[in-house]
Amino acid sequence: MMDNKMIIEGSLENVDGGFAFQGRLPYYRGLGLSMVEDIEVSVDGEPVAREAIRFSVRGKTYTLDEMETVYDDRWNFGEKATIIVLKDGGLKPGSYRIGFGTRLRISYLPMVPTTRDTKELALAA
Amino acid sequence: MARIACSAGRLSSRFNPCNPYVERTIVSHQIKRGVSLYSFQNETFQGKMNLEDCIRTCAQFGARGIEVIGEQSFWGWPEVGANQADIDHWHALIKKYDCTPVSHDYMLDYKRYKGRPMPFEEQVASVRRDIDFGAALGVPFLRSLVSIAPEVLVAAAPYAEEKGIKLLTEVHAPLHFDHPWIIRMAEMFQKSGSPALGFLPDMGMFLKHYPRVWSAKFRRMGVPDRIADYIEKAYEDRVLSEYVILEVQQMGGTGPAIGMAEVIRHNSAFEPKRMLDYMGMIHNIHGKFYEMTEDYVEPSIPYDEIIAVLQKGGYNGHICSEYEGNRWIEDAEEPDSVEQVRRQQVMLARLLGEPEAPALKVAA
Repeated sequence: MMDNKMIIEGSLENVDGGFAFQGRLPYYRGLGLSMVEDIEVSVDGEPVAREAIRFSVRGKTYTLDEMETVYDDRWNFGEKATIIVLKDGGLKPGSYRIGFGTRLRISYLPMVPTTRDTKELALAA
Repeated sequence: MARIACSAGRLSSRFNPCNPYVERTIVSHQIKRGVSLYSFQNETFQGKMNLEDCIRTCAQFGARGIEVIGEQSFWGWPEVGANQADIDHWHALIKKYDCTPVSHDYMLDYKRYKGRPMPFEEQVASVRRDIDFGAALGVPFLRSLVSIAPEVLVAAAPYAEEKGIKLLTEVHAPLHFDHPWIIRMAEMFQKSGSPALGFLPDMGMFLKHYPRVWSAKFRRMGVPDRIADYIEKAYEDRVLSEYVILEVQQMGGTGPAIGMAEVIRHNSAFEPKRMLDYMGMIHNIHGKFYEMTEDYVEPSIPYDEIIAVLQKGGYNGHICSEYEGNRWIEDAEEPDSVEQVRRQQVMLARLLGEPEAPALKVAA
């Protein structure tokens, strides 16, 4: 659900130490950060290493490993999180096919679902 | 007085001392309409509707019972906590639009810790916190997911009683009232003697026909018509899901074709009358629906039969609309949750014999 609404259009930008875009949790509620098992990012089909991904909400930034034991913060319903990719110099201006996926540990589900969205995002000069 | 006399009769589905005409007349007016704000998730997720838009819309439809998933409608709950200002805002809106809080649907994330389940006592404490939150919202009911262990609910029940709240386990497909998990749960609830434990059936378990919006989505995903047609026919014929899956494999079906058959594992046409044995424990209803047509029909769920059963059983709580067609159509079109809920509310009002309110005739 909400698959095609995960990536926020027009949100790609260069930031200190890399680039970032905004993403939402594909779910009808929010989730405690410890239950976000993985966040995938790809650029033009090339996967980004898990270690290079940072997740940021309301001014707090976490590595994906850190998130696994964060019990006092959440990714709220519909909340736009900033997904940061560490990359020297960021991205050159142009258009990129950004892939974004989440793997969530949902208590009541008998599986651990992964949901993905892909959008063409432009980075202005 | 007739109402009081009949309430005793309602406890038993087999014997009713009241005049059947009187009971039908009185009881049919006691079922109340409500909406779970889950229904508007497509709009609230995108910030197109806020809490006030949702509650105002429900009130316009004459659906005055409001059900929320706490952590959908209140950012921060449960890990961070909800803001008192948000709770105050909720009460102001409920008052402004003359609505009634019905239920807080909590989740209990017992898989919060990677690789280990949440300890029993911590689960009970977590439910107690949700009871406090429900009390702060002024709801009489909390919805418990069906996977939550009955032992946890029994342990939390005395605290719920103290707060005047009932914990209602959502009986939801693939589970149903004849499933051993539900039967065990009912036995434990009854043995506990606590009036704070009961059920909230989701009408999706009475899936009479394969939903058109499901079929259409699987066809968009590439399921060939001959296979999709077969699956819909097999569902009508009530063929065992495992046979249908095997047949689809033998027809050459892969990927989404298998998926289209596999959903039959999790959805069945159970009979609405199975609720009758449990009426005394049923205090809220999820009016699940996948699609409402322009002429106010849910093509897959038999609401005429359902309402008749609920009236026969003397049900006097809310039926809360729960629109779940959104996820089946969003790849092809933007869901219009408000119009879908409006249509279901028209259907419910008609089935309940209400004089149709003018507001129901126009979209909000």
